[in-house]
This record gives sequence, C-alpha cells and structure tokens, in this order.
Amino acid sequence: MPKSLKSLLMVSPLAAVMLVFLVLPIVMIAIVSFWRATEFSIIPAFSFENYEFLFGSPVTYKVFLNTFKYALITWAFTLAIGFTVAYFLAFHVRSQNMQIVLFLLCTIPFWTSNIIRMISWIPFLGRNGIANSALLSMGVIDQPVEWLLFSDFAVILAFVHLYTLFMVVPIFNTMMRIDRSLIEAARDAGASGPQILWNVIVPLTKPGIMIGTIFVVTLVMGDFITVRIMSGSQSANVGRLISNDIALLQYPSAAATAVILLITVLMVIGILLRFVDIRKEL
Amino acid sequence: MEPRPRSFYLLAAFFGLFLLFLYGPTITIAILSFQGPQGGLTFPMNGTSVYWFKDLFEQQAVGDIWGSFRRSFALGFMVMVTTVVVSVMGGLAFRSRFPGSGLLFYLIITSLVIPSILISLGVGLMFSQSGMKVHWATSGYGSQLTWTLPFGLLIMFAVFNRFDKSYEEAARDLGATPWQTIRHVVLPIIGPSLIGVALFGFTLSYDEFARTLLTAGSYNTLPLEIYGMTTNVTTPVLYALGTLTTVFSFLMIGVFLLLVTLTARRKAKAGSDAGKGMV
Repeated sequence: MPKSLKSLLMVSPLAAVMLVFLVLPIVMIAIVSFWRATEFSIIPAFSFENYEFLFGSPVTYKVFLNTFKYALITWAFTLAIGFTVAYFLAFHVRSQNMQIVLFLLCTIPFWTSNIIRMISWIPFLGRNGIANSALLSMGVIDQPVEWLLFSDFAVILAFVHLYTLFMVVPIFNTMMRIDRSLIEAARDAGASGPQILWNVIVPLTKPGIMIGTIFVVTLVMGDFITVRIMSGSQSANVGRLISNDIALLQYPSAAATAVILLITVLMVIGILLRFVDIRKEL
Repeated sequence: MEPRPRSFYLLAAFFGLFLLFLYGPTITIAILSFQGPQGGLTFPMNGTSVYWFKDLFEQQAVGDIWGSFRRSFALGFMVMVTTVVVSVMGGLAFRSRFPGSGLLFYLIITSLVIPSILISLGVGLMFSQSGMKVHWATSGYGSQLTWTLPFGLLIMFAVFNRFDKSYEEAARDLGATPWQTIRHVVLPIIGPSLIGVALFGFTLSYDEFARTLLTAGSYNTLPLEIYGMTTNVTTPVLYALGTLTTVFSFLMIGVFLLLVTLTARRKAKAGSDAGKGMV
C-alpha cells in the first residue's frame, strides 16, 4: 500500500468527525441564517431579514462592543498574570521536580466544573460576602459595595479566574525551550535584569503569548454562560445574544448572529496567526 | 547555590497570591457546603452539618443528579477512548504529508477556536432538520469530539515532534513489520503521553457544557444539570454538589497518577538498558 494512502486511511476517522460535526454544522448554520421563523416553526425560505434586523439594530453594535471590551480587558489581565507566573516557574524555580509540583498545583482547580467555579464567587463577592465584610472590618468602606457581584467586574474576574491557565501553559512551554546560554550571553554583555527580560525573554516568548492570546480571546468571545451567571443577566455579549435567541426558539436569528460571530472570531485569529506559525511551535 | 535575588521573593509572593486566587473560592464553597440546615449561601455559618449532602442523596427534588452523573461518566469514557485512538492514528498519519493534510490541519485549528455554542447550534439544527433525534450518545458525543480531538492531536504532534525516529529504523532493520514496530516500539514509548491525552479527553468531556447544550437531548449530562440548578436552586445543596464533584475530580486525577506511576514502575522493572550505552 502506498504511504500516502495508508496515512489517508489512518486519518479518515478524524476527517469524518471534522466533516460531520464541524463543517456540516457550520454549513447548516449558514443556510438557516437565511431562513425565516414564526413563533412556532422555522421556514426554509431565502431572505436577508435576519441580517437586516441584526445590522439595523443598535443593540447588536453595543453587544459586539461589549464582547470586545470583555475580550480585551480579560486578555490584558490574563497576559500580565500568566506571564509573571510562567516567568517565575520557568526562570526562578530551579529544580525540575519543584517546577512540576507547582505547575500541577496550578492545574488542579482546572478539573473542577467551570460552572461550580463560577458560583463559588458568590459567597465571596455578595452583599454579605467575604470581600465586603473584610473591607468593612478594615474600615476601607462603611457600607457594603454593591458592584462586586452581578457586574462587569464580576464577569471579568471570573474570566481571569477561569482562563489565566490557558495563558500560563503555552508561555511556560515556550520559556522552557529558550536556550539558557542566550541569557548568560546577555548578562555577560552587560545587560541588566529588566533589559534581559524585555530584549531577550519577551521576544523569544512571543509564540507562546500568541497561542495563549488565541485561546483566551476565543474563549471569552464565544462565552455566554459566565456572562449570564456573573452579571446576573444584566450584561450581554454576542454569545448571550445567540443563546437568548435559542431559548426563544428563534433559530434563524441565532444562526445569523452566529455567522457574524464566527467571521469576527476567524478574522481576529487570522490577524493573530500572522505573528506566529503554530505548526512550528508544537 | 548562589543566593536568591530579591525579585525571587517578590515573584514567589505573587505566585502564592495567584494560588490563593485559584483555590480561594473553591475552598470557600467547600466550607459553606457544611452549613447547618438553616444556613444560607453566604457566611456566617449557621451551625455545621452534613445536612445538604444528605439532601443531595435523599430527596432528588432538584433533578436527576445521579442519572446525569452516570451519563456524563459514560460519555466521558466514550469520548476518552475515541480521543486516544483517533489522536494516535491521526498523529501517526500526520508524520508524513498526505493530500489534504494542510486543509485538515486548519480544520482542526478551527475546531479548537470556534465558539462552542456554534457547534451546539449547528449540530442541533442539523439533527432536527434531518429528522434525527438528538441524544447525548450520538450528537452530544460527536460535538464533544470536536473539542477533545484537537487537544489530543496537538499533544500527539508535540510528542511525535520529539520522537526519535531511529528507534523505528532499528526495529525495521531487525525485520519488524510496520504493525509490530508500532505495537512494540512506538506505543510503549509514547504510552505515558497517552495517559495525558486520556485525562484531557475525559475531563474536557465530563465538564463540557456549551457543546452539549443543544445536543444532549432530553437526558441531561451533569454540567447541564448543574447549570439548571444555578437558575432555580438557592440553597447550599448547590455547594454540596460542587464539593462532591471536586472530590470526584481529585479521585480521577489520583487514578490517572497511579496509572502513570504503575506504568513507570513496570517499565523500570522490565530493565531496559536503552540509553545506557556500551560502557
């Protein structure tokens, strides 16, 4: 059997799953986005109605803007925290065993259900929560702060809590592959600590940063459940727009929003991929 | 050893705070799940008891938790096995270029970054429009694979990129058939990473909410059940469930770690002299 035929055979289950559960569903969404819906059923008829409504409504623009806002702020925080944590693990922890132990410590919460981890912020941030009572007893505030829970603050806090690890892993991974002699060389050439960090480590870590960025940005842009739970249904992003339409059985309208979301996400990824060759980084 | 610079202590403190941030909320609800019967969702504790755990086991008023747990476990297991087998086959295939490999690679990346709700919506629509019934073991299973397979495959890419091909050449030189080479040389070497792929496959599936939202059909999986509870349950029974699922996750990690140590030990016992050289 020729080699390429054998490869094709071996890869066929994978290709089949991708075709049936990725390509066909996207095609289906694209088709349905041109259909019409009544309160009871969806009608296969070609019309631009959904898109006209979508682009004609100021809500759409507001919600997309909100989605970008969440993505950008979450990205900034996860990057800052993730980079620092990865830097500490890769360059300051000396024994490899210790690195593995500390790394595992970071990943353990990841195995607990996302939804459970979200709701575990409630006793923390609520009106009578730990944060408020701590601030009260320290005298920082004299009345419980209301905006801690069910606010944009809570949404972004939950995002950072859930997704920072997606930043730590790829950054740590690239940092571990940096040749240590490069850093020695920089030091021998008289570079200070911050200079080494900025001129040697950061450029060499860029691929990891890009991969982490792709993860965080796409996860945040597609999310609907965190926003719903943490904002107490008071804020919306595109994911929630879609899930609301689904809940109302307005599938064509949900599909149209989904198409726009997909195009947006792929455009963002396309831009990010210009900075890094994923295949080379594995 | 040279003395630690001051930045080390600063960074170590930062890392400590990060851990506190990661664990704090989970520990809080673990404590709160032991509220007394009159206790609420926040501090102060109103006595301590295992009332809410009992509530979880006895009443079943909140839905079909144990049924959904069984389904999630079965589904996670199916997804895990499929992910391991298909990822290994895919990883082996991707070592040589085949027609369409570039396209398939980009499909896999797309599958990884596409918002989960789109898969859910698309698969749900596809099934309903073609008259098929959505069910967690068919549409739910397939939707989850679009999330676990890319992860499994990326791990396999990383593994095979670091794989020393001379082992295979040696096997071939000794007259092994391709299948024998894979069975006796390649698989034992990549074995430990397969446990990683399996763990990924299981937990990603076990926790997947968005991709099963419209594809699980009339029988909920556990994340869907938990989601349902967040909208209509306002007692610490929710925290009790959270604590239990966390403990279960720990058990699963424990099982997998045990497997890793056992395979490592068995390998050490088999007494390979690989890499020790002739001297």
